[in-house]
Formats: sequence, structure tokens, C-alpha cells
Amino acid sequence: MAKDQLMDLEKALELFEPVLGFEVHVELSTDTKMFSAAPNPAAMDEANVDPNTCITPLCLGLPGSLPVVNEKAVEYSISLGLALGCDIAPVSRFARKNYFYPDLAKNYQISQYDEPIAFEGSVAVEMDDGTLVDVPIERAHMEEDAGKLTHVGGATGRIQGAEYSLVDYNRAGVPLVEIVTKPIEGMEHRAGELGRAYVSTIRDIVRNLGISNARMERGNLRCDANVSLRPRGTVPYGTRTETKNVNSFRSIERAVLYEIRRQAAILDAGGVIIQETRHWHEDTGVTSPGRPKSDADDYRYFPEPDLLPVEASAEWVQRLKDALPESPVHLRRRLRAEWGFSDVDFQAVVNAGLVPEIQATIEAGVEPVAARKWWMGEISRIANDRGAEPASLVTPGAIKDLQALIDAGTLTDKLARGVLQGMIDGEGSPTEIVAARGLEVVSDDGALLAAIDEALAADPDVLDKIREGKMQAAGAIIGAVMKAMKGQADAARVRELIIERAGATA
Amino acid sequence: MSDITALSASSLSDALAKGELSSVEITRAHLERIETTEGALGSFLARSTDALSHAEHSDARRASGDSRSPLEGIPVAIKDVLCTTDMVTTAGSRILEGWIPPYDATVVRKLREAGLVALGKTNMDEFAMGSSTEHSGYHVTKNPWDITRAPGGSGGGSAAAVAARQAPVAIGSDTGGSIRQPAAFTGTVGVKPTYGGVSRYGVIALASSLDQVGPVSRTVRDAALVHDVIGGHDPHDSTSIPTPWASMTEAADAGARSESLAGLRVGVVKQLVGEGIQSGVTQRFDEAIELMSRNGAEIVEIDAPHCEYAVAAYYLVLPAEASSNLAKFDSVRFGLRVTPEGSPTVEDVMSATREHGFGDEVKRRIILGTYALSAGYYDAYYGSAQKVRTLIQRDFAQAFEAVDILISPSAPTTAFRLGEKLDDPLAMWAGDLTTIPVNLAGIPGMSIPMGLAPEDGLPVGLQLMAPAYQDARLYQAGATLERLFAQRDGYLVSERTPEVV
Repeated sequence: MAKDQLMDLEKALELFEPVLGFEVHVELSTDTKMFSAAPNPAAMDEANVDPNTCITPLCLGLPGSLPVVNEKAVEYSISLGLALGCDIAPVSRFARKNYFYPDLAKNYQISQYDEPIAFEGSVAVEMDDGTLVDVPIERAHMEEDAGKLTHVGGATGRIQGAEYSLVDYNRAGVPLVEIVTKPIEGMEHRAGELGRAYVSTIRDIVRNLGISNARMERGNLRCDANVSLRPRGTVPYGTRTETKNVNSFRSIERAVLYEIRRQAAILDAGGVIIQETRHWHEDTGVTSPGRPKSDADDYRYFPEPDLLPVEASAEWVQRLKDALPESPVHLRRRLRAEWGFSDVDFQAVVNAGLVPEIQATIEAGVEPVAARKWWMGEISRIANDRGAEPASLVTPGAIKDLQALIDAGTLTDKLARGVLQGMIDGEGSPTEIVAARGLEVVSDDGALLAAIDEALAADPDVLDKIREGKMQAAGAIIGAVMKAMKGQADAARVRELIIERAGATA
Repeated sequence: MSDITALSASSLSDALAKGELSSVEITRAHLERIETTEGALGSFLARSTDALSHAEHSDARRASGDSRSPLEGIPVAIKDVLCTTDMVTTAGSRILEGWIPPYDATVVRKLREAGLVALGKTNMDEFAMGSSTEHSGYHVTKNPWDITRAPGGSGGGSAAAVAARQAPVAIGSDTGGSIRQPAAFTGTVGVKPTYGGVSRYGVIALASSLDQVGPVSRTVRDAALVHDVIGGHDPHDSTSIPTPWASMTEAADAGARSESLAGLRVGVVKQLVGEGIQSGVTQRFDEAIELMSRNGAEIVEIDAPHCEYAVAAYYLVLPAEASSNLAKFDSVRFGLRVTPEGSPTVEDVMSATREHGFGDEVKRRIILGTYALSAGYYDAYYGSAQKVRTLIQRDFAQAFEAVDILISPSAPTTAFRLGEKLDDPLAMWAGDLTTIPVNLAGIPGMSIPMGLAPEDGLPVGLQLMAPAYQDARLYQAGATLERLFAQRDGYLVSERTPEVV
């Protein structure tokens, strides 16, 4: 494969204006598939389900089998449409998209064509600098996923050159919503960033709605990025390419920028862009041509005669609208302001998926900084060690109780971490664990002074050093005292007492 | 009992209830009848190997007071378009040769649950595409009235089996007349229910928006008994109607008790009785109108102008849907696989399989349908055809404001000779003129015998049509007419079926 000529991005953007479009496929996490009672692997925790075990006659396209619409999938689709600011069609319709491919059991896909369930929306996308960009949504429609092919025997793992292929129909019929944007103009240098931020926003929205596991690495969320260029100062859109297979946020950004640079080089050299699908290669960071996509593609759409139109009553839509959670972007902006976190700290919380836990902990009465420290620190560390979800280890209420003991001076941070371990191991409430382990901090100054004096006796120079202003010399004494107290002392108080003994002021 | 196979399902049911016959006796009699006549007729594609064992179970249930339905223990023949877990299911196509489905069609399940005994799978035009059963991928079925003639199609196997007393009742499917036209050709009763009245789950689809399963029998009451078993809502079929249905058997019984049609307004569709109709058919039809009128029916001429376009619209809608429905036959997951020489790609294997597995009529319609759905042609062909369909529905809706039922000949001719129309698809298709509008409108239609044509002595069918959901009306009027014809002629047409061998 000849290497693509790439134009420097700055120059490309000087000559051309990029126009973007995204098609995001979301696998819904309903219990059963879009049109059959087969269990839905996209709702399962396991990454690998044995091939061809989640199937019914319909998934295999057996003669005589018929589809029946999954009402829950329609409900999820309406909720998603509403979250994208779309109008919901009172009546929408399924159509057949006809093409032959071995992973498509019926050799047609049941999709929505000219009558999608949701249309004309807009979604606010937060950029890295905190500004918001409104991405216009053309439509969101329901369809079924295809099966999965594994090509065996070839060098590339692709169908060309393979000796044979294996087909797994577990994924066939998994409910999908395809979200299609309108052309997005004016993003300039931020074109790639917008792609990343947009798909990340969709991920947050569907997770927030609880309608998809939304794991890109598992294909729950898949993005095709459309890119075209038009010379500066011209109106008509250029020919676009559709880059598929982009399965991480970072890759979307890279793929968009790559296509801008590749297309700019071709156009600048007087060439033409071929309308085609292109494949993104994660390892090399390049796109390669797939099949040409032209008007010759004829899917022979017609209304699916096995299904009735989907009716979404105004009451149903209103009920779902009323139940919509606050949008993740707005929620985040509100919480960041309320909690006073830095952008970096807040983003880390978002990335860790711990906004709900921290929010609940703060609502239970813990200071935001302390709540963040617990969840992002010790709890995440233990969760990571154990391969568990942080939220499954401990409740926000228990963290409130633990923090209260610290605030009351009963526990030091270090002791509290030990108590947390006990809580996670099921030893009881923080108070019970403190009592059982006899962990209470020694706050009797007399006992502390006795221990300080004992330590000073072993190291008398320390007091002089402190008097000379070398406060760090107190460290050794503090250490000795903490050891004598078996850690059950407040180090700050010990330090204060040492300084008092030295007759110095801290 | 001199000849068990001459009895109607209804009479057999009575004999079973009285203990005069057992299901085993009845089943054995029909198996023997099949044995002696099948060589001449070829009604079946597969025969059940455990029919007698099912009959024994039925007798045991009856003995312990667990009879499941009025048709408990009655044998039934099933068109090969319905999936059966215990018999090969091919829809008459070589591409499904040897295929045993992993599930029963809902209709088959209901038959089993009602205690009927399946005798076998009946022959049909491949994927129900045809009007003579000559397009079967396996063999030709002969008409019991004259084995040089076609039994009609696509359900020629079911109709021939019932006419020749191989089975008291059978199941057919009707997309454009595949139950009613064979019924007319063989002197039997055939009903296409309201679209959505009987589940399509497990019925190998020809044209999803037109297909409907229904009964084939020798009497109206028998058809009603079967209809009551197979009808009703099925959550596995989204197009199945959820509302409850009236009892067809009660309607048939009410009809049979009456000798009068007083108060019944009968519409004669002008467009369905015009040119191209065999003179003997017209004669019997006119006599039927005369008979109805004499017995109190009010006869009204009805104009349904768009029926003129029905055949054209049908032969766009059907191939379009069929081209998509038949795409699944690609050798990947089931059925025939033909692998060409060399190192073929998956597309090569798909093509070779479809080329070898499908017959000419199927290929003809797939090509036609693929073309009709193509970008740029969709509006002109499929789109226009759907508009015609809406107009025909309106014609019928308007007609039913003026009358209770509509009538026409079931087919323009009596049974034609085998091979006669095989090389002339358009002539074959034109023969569906009378039955097609019913499918396009989604309304119920019934064919009952109305005598024998003077010129060839072959049965002539009368088609009754009712508004959607009013299937019971057909059974009531059909049963009265059946009685009036029998009184007039002194026999039921089916009683005159030749012995075959």
C-alpha cells in the first residue's frame, strides 16, 4: 500500500475548511434483542460469550421466523432521542435494507429509513477548554446489529486471503440506535478534538440514561467519522470519506486530523477525493481505503412488511421526558462549580466514572475535597487491586461515618485507611471497627508528653536544633512517639507538644 | 363403516365421540388410501412415519377423558410451507431439500395441541410461486378429477389430498389464491382468512403482507372446525390481530340450519365476472346467483374499478417482498450448498447455490422484485403498486357499505391441463385475477364448489368475500349455500370425485 501524502495541518487549514459528520452506533443494553427473545450479549458483563449461544431462529434467519419489536428498546431509543434534543415521531417505521453478507443472517437488515423515531436535535459538547459547542443532530434511528465474522488463515485477518471464516450470530439482532449528525462546520483546528469530545459526550449520555454499557473497546459504541474539505471561500461541500473502525476517543481525533491532512494533499495536488469508506488502523495511525461508496449502492429499502409501524404516544414520550436525568454536561458544569474542583481534578473524577459516588458522599455531608480524596484515592486503589468497581466496595454513607471520626479527631488519616480496609472486608461500621481494634487516637497530652520526654532523652540535641529554627529536626522525635503510641496519635499534636517543650514558637 | 375416508372431519369427530371409530382406525384408513392413490396423484412431499403413534396417543387421551378439541384424533395434511420439527420442510424447493426445522410453526403447534394427527407435508409450487403445482422442485401433483389436469396451485397438494380422500382436512397458504383456486379446481372448500387472522410464524414467507394460512376441506363445517383451531392471536407474529374472534363453527352451523338467504345482500363484482371466463364457469355462476336470489338474497351489482389493476399491482408487490424474503437462502446456515470448482469466494458459493437450488419461476420473480425495488424505480413500481392496493381496499370498503358479502367465480376456468400454461407465465398469472384482489385488500375469501362445468364435467368454484374480521359471515353464508346446492343437485360436488385408482 502506497503511503499517503499528508499536508501539514496548519497549511491544510489555511487552504481548506473541514466539514465533519459523525455516525455513532450505540448498542442498547436491553435484556433481549431488538426483534427476538434471544438474550442480548450487549447487556452482559462477560466480554466473551460462547459463539452462537445467544440465538433464536430469527437470529439465524431461519425460514418462517418473524421479528417482534422489543418495547424496551423503543423506550430506550425514545429516551436517547429526547436526551439528544430530538423530536420524537408519533409514528415511525422499520424498513428492510437489502444486501448479501454472511454476517447478515436474513441478508437484509431491519433498520429505519425515511421514518426514524427521532430527528432534528442538538447536543451540547464540552471542549477541553470548557467551552460548549452545539452539535446538530439529523436523526437517531433504531436498527439491529449484524453478526461477527472471524477470517481464518489469511495474513491480515481480513476476508481477502482467508481460507475460511467463522460466523458468530450472537451479535445478530442486538438493538442499535444510530445517531447521525448534520454537517458540522467551523471547527477548524478543533475538528479532531470535537470528534473526540462529541463521541465522549454520547458515551456519557447513554451511560447516564443507563441504556448502554457504552464500552468502545467492546463495540458497544462505534463511530464512523465523515470528513470533507472545501476550499476557503467556497460554499458547496467537498466529497467526503467515511472512516470506520475508530474505536477509541483518541483515535477519533487522530483519524479526523489524518483525513484532513490526507485530503488536503490530494486536493492541493489537483487530485479528487474518492467517495469511499476508509478503515482506521490504530497501530499505524493511518486510514486505508475500504469499498467505494457511491450512488451505485442500492439497498432496495422498502417498509418492513413483518412489522407494524412504531407508535410513540404523546403520554409515553412525556413520561420518558419527565424521567430524563440532568444531562451529563450540565450536571458536570454545575457540580464542578459547586464543588470547587480544578478542571484537572474534576476531569479525573469524570474519567474514573465516580461522579455519582462523590456526589452522593457530598450529599451525605462530607466536604467535597475529602469525598474526592476517598473515592479517587484509597477506594480506587483497593478496587484496582481487586479488579472490582469502586462503588461495589463501600457506600457513600459509610464514608461519611468514617470521615466524621477523622473530623472529630478520633482517627488519623492513616488509621482511617486501615479502618476503610476493614469496612471493605466486612468487619462492620467504622465505629465498630475502631472499637474492635482499639484504634482510638491517644489524645491525652500527659501520655504523649511522657513518650516525648522518653524520645528526647535518647536524642537530646533535638531541642537545641529546634530552638535554632531547624524545625525539621522534630521529625525524628515525632516518628519515635508515633511508634511508641503504635500509630494511634495525632502527629500534628505531637509536633505542637515537642515545640512547646523546646520553648520555641512554631 | 364402509369407507372411513369418505367421511367428513365432522362425521369422523362424531364417530370418535360415540366410540364407533378410533383415531388409529381413521388414521390407518387414510394412510392406506394414500398408499393406493399417491402413485397416481403425488400430493405429498413427505409422509409422517409416526402418524399411527400419534393416533394411539390421541385414543389414549380420549379414553382417559382428556380430548383436546372437537378435532381430537382427526388426520390432517399440512402444506410444506409450514415448519414442522418432525418432518422435512422444503416449501417445494430443492434449496431446502432435507431441511428439518428446529421449531414448529404456530399453526402446526396449534394443530398438535388440538390433538390432530399430521399425515404428511403436501406438494406445492416452489415457495408457493405458481398456480398449478407444476413449479414444485420435486414432482407434479395430478388433479384427482382428471390426472391429466393440474390441481391448481400453489397448494395443489393439499387440495388434491383432500379431494382424493387422502386426508379429511388440510392446511394451505394463500398469497394470491393458493388455497381458493386449487379448491375450485378440485371441488373442495378453501378459505383464506382475514390478513392477521392466522399466525404466519413458522410459515416460510412468500410475500409477507399477503400470505395467510387457511383450511382446506370437503365441507364448509370442516373448514370452520379447522379455522377455529388454527386462528387467533400469536405474539410471535406482529401482524397477527389481537382481538378475539367469533366461532366459525357456530357460524357454519347457523348457516347450515337455514334454507333461506333472506336479508343477505350479495354483491357481484363487475370487474371479476367479465371477459376471459370459461362459459361453463359463467353458466354455473349465473345459476348460483339465480339460486341465491330465489332464496331471498338481494343481488347488487358492484363496481370495484381498481380491481382491473390488481394483477399488475400484485405482480410487483409479491416479487418485491419475495426477492427480500428469499435472500436468506444463501447456503451459509441451512439447506443446500453448492460449491463451485477452484477456490470460490463466499459470493461464488451463494450464487452457485441459488442458481442450482431455485427453479425458473422463483428466479423470474426474484429478478422482477429486485428490479421493482431498485433505486429510481421504487416509486414507479413498488410505490405505485401500493397505491393501487390502497385504492382496491377503498373499493371493497365502499362495496361493503352496500352489501354483506361479495361473490365471483373462484377462478376464470376449471382445471387446466398439465403443461398447458407452463410456457406462458402471463396466462398463468392472469388466472389469478379473481383471487388476487382479496389478498391485496386483506379481506377473507372462501371458495366452495357450485357444480360441475357442462363442457368438461370439472368442478367450478364460487368465491365468497367478506369485510376484514367478518370471516364468520363467509362460513354462515357458505354453509347455507352448500346446503342449497346439495338440495338442488342431489349431491355434494366432492362426493362425485372420481376414484382415481
